[in-house]
Amino acid sequence: MKALMFGWEFPPHILGGLGTASFGLTKGMAQCGDMDITFVIPKPWGDEPKDFARIIGANTTPVAWRDVNWDYVEGRIGKVLDPQTYYDLRDHIYSDFNYMNTNDLGCIEFSGRYPDNLLEEINNYSIVAGVIARTIDCDVIHSHDWLTYPAGIHAKQVTGKPLVIHVHATDFDRSRGKVNPTVFNIEKDGMNNADHIITVSNLTRKTVIEKYGISPDKVTTVHNAVEPLSQELLDLEVPPKHEKVVTFLGRITMQKGPEYFVDAAWQVLQKVHNVQFVMAGSGDMMEKMIRLAARRHIAGRFHFTGFLKGKQVYEMLKASDVYIMPSVSEPFGISPLEAMQMGVPSIISKQSGCAEILNNVIKVDYWDTNAIADAIYSIIKYPGMYKQLREQGLEEVNQITWDRAGAKVIDIYKRLINR
Amino acid sequence: MKSICFYFQIHQPFRLKTYRFFDIGNDHYYYDDFANDDIITRIAQRSYLPANQMLLDMIKENGKKFKVAFSISGTALEQLEQYVPEFIDSMKELADTGCVEFLSETYAHSLSSLVDPEEFISQIKSHDEKIYQLFGQRPKVFRNTELIYDDDIASIVASLGFKGAITEGAKHILGWKSPNYLYKAASAPKLKLLLKNSKLSDDIAFRFSNPEWSAYPLTADKYIDWISALPEEEMLINLFMNYETFGELQPRESGIFEFMKALPRFAAQHNIEFMTPGEVVSKMKPVGELSVMHPISWADEARDTSAWMGNILQEEAVNKLYCLSERIQLIQDKRIRQDWNYLQASDHFYYMSTKHSSDGSVHSHYSPYDSPYSAFTNYMNVLSDFLIRVREQFPEEIENEELNALLLTIRNQEKEIEELNREVELMRNNIVKDTTGDFVPNIEEAEQVVEAESKPKKAPAKKSTAKKTATKKSTSSKTAAKKK
Repeated sequence: MKALMFGWEFPPHILGGLGTASFGLTKGMAQCGDMDITFVIPKPWGDEPKDFARIIGANTTPVAWRDVNWDYVEGRIGKVLDPQTYYDLRDHIYSDFNYMNTNDLGCIEFSGRYPDNLLEEINNYSIVAGVIARTIDCDVIHSHDWLTYPAGIHAKQVTGKPLVIHVHATDFDRSRGKVNPTVFNIEKDGMNNADHIITVSNLTRKTVIEKYGISPDKVTTVHNAVEPLSQELLDLEVPPKHEKVVTFLGRITMQKGPEYFVDAAWQVLQKVHNVQFVMAGSGDMMEKMIRLAARRHIAGRFHFTGFLKGKQVYEMLKASDVYIMPSVSEPFGISPLEAMQMGVPSIISKQSGCAEILNNVIKVDYWDTNAIADAIYSIIKYPGMYKQLREQGLEEVNQITWDRAGAKVIDIYKRLINR
Repeated sequence: MKSICFYFQIHQPFRLKTYRFFDIGNDHYYYDDFANDDIITRIAQRSYLPANQMLLDMIKENGKKFKVAFSISGTALEQLEQYVPEFIDSMKELADTGCVEFLSETYAHSLSSLVDPEEFISQIKSHDEKIYQLFGQRPKVFRNTELIYDDDIASIVASLGFKGAITEGAKHILGWKSPNYLYKAASAPKLKLLLKNSKLSDDIAFRFSNPEWSAYPLTADKYIDWISALPEEEMLINLFMNYETFGELQPRESGIFEFMKALPRFAAQHNIEFMTPGEVVSKMKPVGELSVMHPISWADEARDTSAWMGNILQEEAVNKLYCLSERIQLIQDKRIRQDWNYLQASDHFYYMSTKHSSDGSVHSHYSPYDSPYSAFTNYMNVLSDFLIRVREQFPEEIENEELNALLLTIRNQEKEIEELNREVELMRNNIVKDTTGDFVPNIEEAEQVVEAESKPKKAPAKKSTAKKTATKKSTSSKTAAKKK
């Protein structure tokens, strides 16, 4: 089966959970066998893994004819694309886009990030999708998150193949209710045009059905999974510590509920003194949180590490005794699973999608700081609690693999194709 | 002639209130009075009381041919005394019919049989004492918490003089054997074993009102036919269930009460009688031995003890609780001993079970907590406070043995002081006797007299003390007057 996927991020150059999830799913589907996946991203760097999917960059897809020879193409973009593909794509330019800002190869430049002119980039991405859809043969089209919905719709119109859109998050999650109408319209349009919608949790599925008015039989939940960690990460060594460490790891924004973490920390510190609380990450609420901790007179027990990346994340987890994610709204939330992989007992909010599939974690309402504090206290004080969560959590998370998720997606494809 | 042996279990734990870590060291009351009152009152109204009335009617109607046995935990009795005293009266009325037998068990419905033999024995004793006080019976047959049983438990139970014990007819223990016989314990051949017939018991307790069940609707007629159709030699049908079966698990409108009421009539037609466990062990002969190496119970599909001691949480909680055991034996404080009992209820550990299979859903149904983890946290917080209180009684640095020795010394000294006091009194009396004469008392002389007197004549001296003390006041005042 041939799938044409549109995504925005792909490891190793990722900005959030979207890239990790897109990659994991692609890999999981490839492991199920008999899949031929083409994955389109705005701007490949050349070091993306290519074992599971063919990567095509939107920024190396010509939309305007340029007469360039093989060697020139090879030299310019050989690192990220086979020149032959370039020529194939060039043969399928469907309109004259010379009026647009194109480069020497007839391609549009993309940042591949989330720039201020994001809407323009989304639009350009969908123009490019038209060329790709005409070139690459496929049975089904799959768009990851709202940025790529227009591209998916375009590809569906060109090819007549079924469109699956994958909702990794909705604007309701991101904005805590204050939805951006433009984004909402793009999302809604994608959902209306989709033949099937995949959501990463039942929570998100409910949002899609209730807030976007989509028929429930068109929406299926496929929970995310995690990649097994490399031995190198599992074996990471951290300096010995003398105090318990409770860690909040993620963007410090309204959506993640950092203030509830500070409040729970304050409660715990009334009773136990040898605990450190770490807020790892950055975000628009960071300064406010620093002030809040100071006002509560617990700043001395609080550490703000700033944004952590790559190995640092795992070092932080390795040094932690408790991981906590009090998100107000989390479509899925992959980081508790990573914490569990590192053997860290986790506390997550019931308002997180991953709470639907995890049993060996502590689930609390994000606003119930009493319960959060009780859970922290219990984990750091009662060895049985720590051990049970650590061991059972590890066992549980090792069962949550992408090939299972991949198999569910393939089932959905089959249903659509045979319809 | 076949016999049906009914036994009903009544147990309610003292559920804990939400006990936060802030409360540790500050709040020493642990129980959710509202929930405990609410639950036991509701169950008593819906089940225990109407079921008692049903049994009373049945016994009256059938000329005392209908007999049952009860096993009621000490904690349930306490709650019933407190919240539903009319139940105790109704139970006494049943006891007075002579058709109701009470079984022995641990006072706290505890797991002590698995971890702490001494505590186990002491709880059996206090439970049986309670039963005697309330219902005037000394239990002869033992039934452990959740029918937990193994060879070691059998030995202990036999050593306490019980003639029989009740346990689960677990398939992996019985193999090809049938539960419908009387057995004896391999480790204590004098102890006879009654095994629960799971199929027939659960037909009533769990399946009775289930319309999906192929045998639905179950009638007394049909049920007795099944029993009567069992092989001739299978004489003993043990039907063991929770008393809540009547009215709570199987609601009144399912016809469960009418089903029960009709049983004796059909039983009589098929020449089937009713016996209590006590009668069974005294009248019937065991057909063979049963050896149980690893503890069994009546819970879950596995019929083992993993529902209470199957994961790390439960292990820690049980261990932390029972490591206090020795120390608590030395403590007289009533509140502490009461909490010690309440905290041992197996329910607290059941709530911590993390079995996720079909068994797990049953667990969560009975739990007041939303997860095993919150059950654990709450319990451990309570236990932490309890620990502080136990430590406050005696300094922790002192080893149990040393403490025991010290306490023994203190108690011996107390006895000695008592003894000496008595002697002093005796002496005084003698002095008084002497001073009734006309001379001023010489203490040294009097002492010698008392010593000489008290040794050979202790017994007669005691008899006379009562009289003498009565006159003591007046005589002593006389002496005082004389002194002046």
